[in-house]
Amino acid sequence: MKVEITVNGGQLATDVEDRMLLVHYVRDVAGLTATNVGCDTSSCGACTVLLDGESVKSCTLLAVQADGHDVTTVEGLASADGQLHPVQQAFREQHGLQCGFCTPGMVMAIVSLLRENPHPTEEQVRSGLEGNLCRCTGYHNIVRAALAAAGPAHPRGQDEDRPGGGVAP
Amino acid sequence: MIPAPFSYYRALSVDEALDLAAEHGEEAKFLAGGHSLLPLMKLRLALPEVVIDIGRLADLSHIRDAGDHITLGALTRHHDLEHSGLLARELPLLACAAGQVGDPQIRHRGTIGGSLAHADPASDLPAVVLALDATLVARGPSGTREIAAADFFGGLFETALEPDELLTEIRVPKPAAPRWSFQKFTKRAIDWAIVGVAVQGDAVALVNMGETPLRAAAVERALADGAAPRAAAALAAEGTRASADINATRDYREHLARVLVARGLQEAHARA
Amino acid sequence: MDGDRASVLGSRVLRMEDHRLLTAGGTYVADLRVPELAGAAQVTFVRSPIAHALITGIDASVALGEPGVVAVLTGRDLGDLNGQAGQPMPEPLLATGRVRFVGEPVAMVITDGRYQGEDAAELVSVDYEPLAAVVGFGAALADETLLFPDTGSNVVATGGDEQGAGDAMFDGCDVVLGATFPNQRVAPVPLEVRGAAAAWADGRLTVWASTQNAQIARATISGRLAMDQAAVRVITPDVGGGFGAKIGTDRDAIAVAWAATRVGRPVCWSETRGENLVAMTHGRSQRQTVRIGGTRDGRILAYRLDFVQDLGAYPRGAYLASLTRLMTSGAYEIPRVRCGYQVVVTNTTPVDAYRGAGRPEATAAIERAVDMFAAEIGMDPAEVRRLNVVPPGSFPYTSPTGAVYDTGDYAAALDKVLAAAGYRDLRAEQARRRERGDTMQLGIGLSVYVEVTAGDHASGETGKVEVHEDGTVTVSTGSSPHGQGHATSWAMLVQEELGIPMADVTVVHGDTDVIPRGTGTYGSRSLQLGGAAVQKAAAAVREQARGLAAELAGATEAEMELDPRLGIWRVRGESGTELEWGKVAGQAGIEGLVADVLFVAKSPTFPFGAHVAVVEVDTETGKASLVRHVTVDDAGTLLNPLLAEGQRHGGIAQGAAQALVEEVLYDPDGNPLTATLADYATITATELPSFELVASQTPTAVNPLGAKGIGEAGTIGSTPAVQSAVIDAVAHLGVRHIDMPTTPQRVWAAISAAAISAARGGQ
Repeated sequence: MKVEITVNGGQLATDVEDRMLLVHYVRDVAGLTATNVGCDTSSCGACTVLLDGESVKSCTLLAVQADGHDVTTVEGLASADGQLHPVQQAFREQHGLQCGFCTPGMVMAIVSLLRENPHPTEEQVRSGLEGNLCRCTGYHNIVRAALAAAGPAHPRGQDEDRPGGGVAP
Repeated sequence: MIPAPFSYYRALSVDEALDLAAEHGEEAKFLAGGHSLLPLMKLRLALPEVVIDIGRLADLSHIRDAGDHITLGALTRHHDLEHSGLLARELPLLACAAGQVGDPQIRHRGTIGGSLAHADPASDLPAVVLALDATLVARGPSGTREIAAADFFGGLFETALEPDELLTEIRVPKPAAPRWSFQKFTKRAIDWAIVGVAVQGDAVALVNMGETPLRAAAVERALADGAAPRAAAALAAEGTRASADINATRDYREHLARVLVARGLQEAHARA
Repeated sequence: MDGDRASVLGSRVLRMEDHRLLTAGGTYVADLRVPELAGAAQVTFVRSPIAHALITGIDASVALGEPGVVAVLTGRDLGDLNGQAGQPMPEPLLATGRVRFVGEPVAMVITDGRYQGEDAAELVSVDYEPLAAVVGFGAALADETLLFPDTGSNVVATGGDEQGAGDAMFDGCDVVLGATFPNQRVAPVPLEVRGAAAAWADGRLTVWASTQNAQIARATISGRLAMDQAAVRVITPDVGGGFGAKIGTDRDAIAVAWAATRVGRPVCWSETRGENLVAMTHGRSQRQTVRIGGTRDGRILAYRLDFVQDLGAYPRGAYLASLTRLMTSGAYEIPRVRCGYQVVVTNTTPVDAYRGAGRPEATAAIERAVDMFAAEIGMDPAEVRRLNVVPPGSFPYTSPTGAVYDTGDYAAALDKVLAAAGYRDLRAEQARRRERGDTMQLGIGLSVYVEVTAGDHASGETGKVEVHEDGTVTVSTGSSPHGQGHATSWAMLVQEELGIPMADVTVVHGDTDVIPRGTGTYGSRSLQLGGAAVQKAAAAVREQARGLAAELAGATEAEMELDPRLGIWRVRGESGTELEWGKVAGQAGIEGLVADVLFVAKSPTFPFGAHVAVVEVDTETGKASLVRHVTVDDAGTLLNPLLAEGQRHGGIAQGAAQALVEEVLYDPDGNPLTATLADYATITATELPSFELVASQTPTAVNPLGAKGIGEAGTIGSTPAVQSAVIDAVAHLGVRHIDMPTTPQRVWAAISAAAISAARGGQ
């Protein structure tokens, strides 16, 4: 079937097999390989991209379902002059990545999370990342990065700025 | 992993979807958000020859106040249920449960109709609509029919829907009492419920305690007879047929059902 | 070093790797779009669905007729290359005759496209004659069914002290306790699964592999394929995590490399997660029996560990048991220590290194035993540890099993972590909750650990530093980063030695044509060996440069000084004599300004630390939640604390995962029950708190950087602390032990059993 999907602002019309997964469209048709495949069961979130601005797992979408829609991958996040998106910047500053494999999906999940909830608590960040696995960072610095990208929260007595986190008994 | 080959059809109206379903019969599957069907197709546990994409039927995505009840289009996404102001006021149980389905990415795609039609006893929303005494509206070649939630779930992944019928709408009566609770017990947040409990007023429904979502009938009877919540909750496992798997034995599920029903009733009462 | 200035060493320098990874993504094997792989065919494996069976026939005729199918290759096509002649338990590249685990590769389907491969692989018909499966320690030791009938036993090796002997070692103890428990099998789950690509041209084989060590991979591949090592080039692109499971070059990747020599075009392979969970090696998988004895006032006098190591279907990880044995007595000075083990094969996925590889198992065993001892004598577990740890004045300390702990202060680590955690207050809060009978109980778990890093120090590591005529530097390292941040760390070392800014330093690794000698990244060895090599190479380059600069300036070497801030040479005290690095490099002529160093350390190093885990346990459901985790992890002198903390975070999470949720399961027939990430409960952000790290640096003299390894320490310390915390939370209910993982059902069952036992006791 012929599909026309806008990926990172560029329109691309092409024939694809009906069963082609969106992640393979992004990687093999659009040639954008930052988005990775980490599992078969929509468990790991490595393939997370934005579809019309919302995070989705591109391994659990057919390319034909995205026909006529906008897809954003991590390659499309920085501005044209190379300025990093605040989430990308925060990942670097907080050492939120090690091997880098989960990173594109993790960044896109957080971009979507912060659009819906610009000043989340640490707990909200953690539960917002329940669908994204990382095996290197223990999530610690990823959570820091998400909170840093969000900027200082409205003072509501939340615990996000306490470095230790957790519950003090 | 990728699905086995199939033919893809995109329906642009309910009528077209029904025509396609009639044409292809049992070989066809409706594709809504795809978050139940596609994982099974990738694992090649589901091998439909025809996939009918109903994802673009915008008129099936809505949340409306209809006076004494709320109507929900079958394609309303979990995300939309979770963030609906109307539901927060009128059906907070549903909004809360929808917010615990899967993860944010899944909630951006998954739909209430898809979840109900898939009829996985471990999924949350079937038990919720059961507790809410919802009515499910299906359209088929011979018109529209209404199915009570209690009659909808027939068995493991089985519903009262015919292959040529499409679930189009869910009608939920506005609860009389504001007492509700949703208890979902998992090993990890992302997991399916090992056991879940939905409470609305004196209605109590169970997730993953049998091949279908179940009403905790013994608990409800005891409550109606004036039993204290804790005493009623002790009956939560009666009439259930929980399975055993790597996360829980049947005994443990039954224990959890009692604990979670007690907590659910307690939380619901605290909202009164 | 000439001149004074602030050192970059020890600074929290942000990573140079990140910009690319954050904007374009890494280039992992599946992302390779290099010309040598143009038109590559895809490899899809046909794997055994049965744990133990004879293969009676393979029919590929239907598959061969499918669109896009280039070839279907089996063990027969490999001929003599398939086997491991001379090995008692040979592991073929593709199974012939017999399969020994679900997931074992049987055939390779080569297709134009990946989708076609998955379709065609389903159509390869393999006839199996099922055999009884050997699953679990008991079945393995019973030797009723044998995986390798010719060997006469499933026991691969027996080592250490004789089993059961030595009861006299507990003479004189007031208290002697014993227990048997599993250190369960877990899956490494690097986010990038296994993958390889290969191209065959002009008699040379180029293999791109997701591996932790390119040079060893080259040796393995050339050895198995009977090729001259020079005819094989291995290239390591970005690697999406390894955790020990990418140390070895798996048979699948070797078979892929071989396929490139057969099908007349390059080939690519990237497994699915489902394949990864059954065919990549697992970790741990020991059954441990501990016995501990001591005095009522808290002195541990004797400890023995007997364990069975399950290696799965093929004995790749036969060395693991000796690492466990080496670390038997942990951080404690115990007069009498013994350890014996048996290593067995079973019809399950092979077991090999996983973050810690043998040491977490040893630590978990002794920490559990020490906790049981403390509980039995009614002493605070912190106090028992303080009394028994190797005292600070004893280093180097030779343990009863022959490990020589280089430096440490274990009691100080314990005291620091207790203070940071507010241990006294935690115990007070625990007492209040117990008194109130709260549903949510508090548990506090401790561990004190020591581990061995760079155990294979004698292999050393290479580092080559070259200054170019444009003043930039190329570092070639034999180490093999996959997330650790070598590019940043090595550049820091160069900047420190040469004054050339990090931005002008390029680190290359993982191409055996460019870096023929090297060992790789595993066993927490990289900085202390590979980093030390780079530092020494940079220092050698500096001294070469001094001579070249002297020639250029017409001065003596002694008169030349390097301004480390500007990276400029000059004659001391004479303005106008400045020489930039590029100019100096130019003076080196054709030989270049370069030094290539193999650094071999005299011994391993022994990082140590102490952890406090705090959990809340819902006593009605049994669910345990980790709410705080506080650690001291002392890895000697830190080059970059930011990166060291990252290693600790990841290690803590993986260790906590083993304690709380993760476990590979099989049914009695050897069918895997955790073959998807929906079933294998990989820990997520919602199950973990932010971690509280306490700084501590006790240098080692083993290498010039004073550094010990940090990659595995967090895992080794956290597993026993978290397990202990869960047990501690319900100890007042009569629970003394809960196996890992401490899942809700296990905790609930332990509470229920204790209640029944208390009720019976009360009758």
